[in-house]
Amino acid sequence: MYLYIIKRVLLVIPTLIGAAALVFLLMRLIPGDVCVIRLGSSGGTFDPKAVALCHQELGMNRPIWVQFFDFMWGIVRFDFGTSMWSGKPVTTEIWARLPVSLEIALLGSVLATVIAIPLGTLSALRQNSWLDVFVRVFAIGGIATPSFWLGIISLLIVLDLTSFFLGAAWMPPIDYVPFFEDPIRNLSMVLLPAITIGYRYSAITMRMTRSTMLEVMREDYIRTARAKGLIHKLIINRHALKNAMLPVVTLIGIEFAFLIGGLVVTEQVFNLNGVGRLFVQAVQNQDYTLTQALVMMTVVVFVFCNLVVDLLYAWLDPRIRYS
Amino acid sequence: MSTTVPTMGLPAAVDASLALRPTVWMRCLRFVRREPLGTFGLALVIVMAVTGSMAELIAPYNPTANDFSAMTEAPSWAHLLGTDQFGRDLLSRLIYGARTAMIVGLSSALVGGVIGLVLGVGSAYFGGLIDLVMQRIFDIVMAFPLIILALAVVSIFGTGVQNVIIAITIPLIPRCARVVRSSALAIREIPYVDAARACGFSHSRIILRHMVPNVMAPFLIMITASVGQAVLAEASLSYLGLGVQEPVPAWGLMLQGGAEEYASTAPWIAIFPGLAIMLSVLGVNLFGDAMRDTLDPKMRNR
Repeated sequence: MYLYIIKRVLLVIPTLIGAAALVFLLMRLIPGDVCVIRLGSSGGTFDPKAVALCHQELGMNRPIWVQFFDFMWGIVRFDFGTSMWSGKPVTTEIWARLPVSLEIALLGSVLATVIAIPLGTLSALRQNSWLDVFVRVFAIGGIATPSFWLGIISLLIVLDLTSFFLGAAWMPPIDYVPFFEDPIRNLSMVLLPAITIGYRYSAITMRMTRSTMLEVMREDYIRTARAKGLIHKLIINRHALKNAMLPVVTLIGIEFAFLIGGLVVTEQVFNLNGVGRLFVQAVQNQDYTLTQALVMMTVVVFVFCNLVVDLLYAWLDPRIRYS
Repeated sequence: MSTTVPTMGLPAAVDASLALRPTVWMRCLRFVRREPLGTFGLALVIVMAVTGSMAELIAPYNPTANDFSAMTEAPSWAHLLGTDQFGRDLLSRLIYGARTAMIVGLSSALVGGVIGLVLGVGSAYFGGLIDLVMQRIFDIVMAFPLIILALAVVSIFGTGVQNVIIAITIPLIPRCARVVRSSALAIREIPYVDAARACGFSHSRIILRHMVPNVMAPFLIMITASVGQAVLAEASLSYLGLGVQEPVPAWGLMLQGGAEEYASTAPWIAIFPGLAIMLSVLGVNLFGDAMRDTLDPKMRNR
């Protein structure tokens, strides 16, 4: 087991270094120049001298490998430098926007899992019942529905409902208030985006739960358990679910990392000032440092989720750690 | 494949199986009977393909022509799905949008899939260091969520249909290669690959003629899944303003401009393009699921 853990953890290192190199390279390939954009935005023409000075300030006139080394060293020390656009430290920029995004992601995934696993299990146990049909339609719809459209439509419904019942159209608030300061205001802002983002998540989880449960229920050991005369509930909880949950756990872990991708679009719809929005802005402004940091953050979350999933897997299934 | 296999005696059995071999039509019929949902999906895909490719003949209006005398008009006989804030006919824009979605979806899935196929099979065939390095590279690319990698690529190449295709193709490659590799690994262990090598065939011949045909099932499954993903990714990129650009009609783009602003006064602007995206992705996915069940019975009920 220890050997497996060590091997698996070591495997993370080349992936992270490779990802960092890829991000760094991608950013340098982008045509255009943050200095030109920055100087251009203030209006008027800019002279080459100012651009050169700006390059020097940002350290962009150094050889590329020095810049890369600097970037890597920064990652190791959790120092991502300052945003090339706003001049503030990248960590401050991200930190300010993290709470909204994190809350939406967490709430969305919790909602999704809480709905998906029981429904997926029930649908597998009662295959071809009306519940099963509903679950299948719900799931396949969730995979096909673009989350930004779902966001727009849910806003539309809220608008119509509130103007019909309350007389005045109501829109969710835009500026973030921490949950512990004003829970109602906080939830009224976060709930819709969380549902929007959670729908796809729960659809995928539900599908996976259903299919693995169907598979497990056909296994011989379930028949053995039945033959032993175990009660149904025990068979499901102790024998079937425990094994069926393995792939589901993997999926939940991996999809959580991909929620960040979903946030990019959802925050745009709900006009929220979160990390996803920051990412789009950073790309548009060609803000190297900020984009690099954000992409690295995503990659680290993803790699970490994968790692946790793999270790959990090895812990749950002895066959893996000894192979 | 089967024609190159020597009969090894048992001529009767071989003849019987040849006689019972279903024709293409019989297979199609059986697919329709066994997979009603898949057939429905296929029908949706065909509708999308036909409207997209014959947009000029079907669309009642020019999709880019503004008509300021008919702005944000509700659906009527003149404009079946209404008009947007510039007076453009929504139905015509949807029909032309089908073309954009189809071009982006199909070409990125096909190109990404084929590159992934070659890399995946090659990686499994050569094994050793090549396989190890390839796997690490796939790992790295897969560590980026699709939309984020696509965003980064778009910012390099710029926006527009072609660049969106490139941006979506790149993240699809390792996803396909991964799946293909795992089934190619199993095939490499079958003695006929060794036999082909013993015959002195070249690597490319073994890969293309002997291994690729045997991973066709997972490959086709991956491709259909990728088409759906690509259509969704294109819509998201266009919605963010980083994909297809005006005046090219694209479904994601139609949701970007006025959809939210006019949501309460002209909800049809927001509703129909989203429905179009949803139905087309649904069609591709339903068809893909049915095809998976047909091609790979082990995966049934997945």
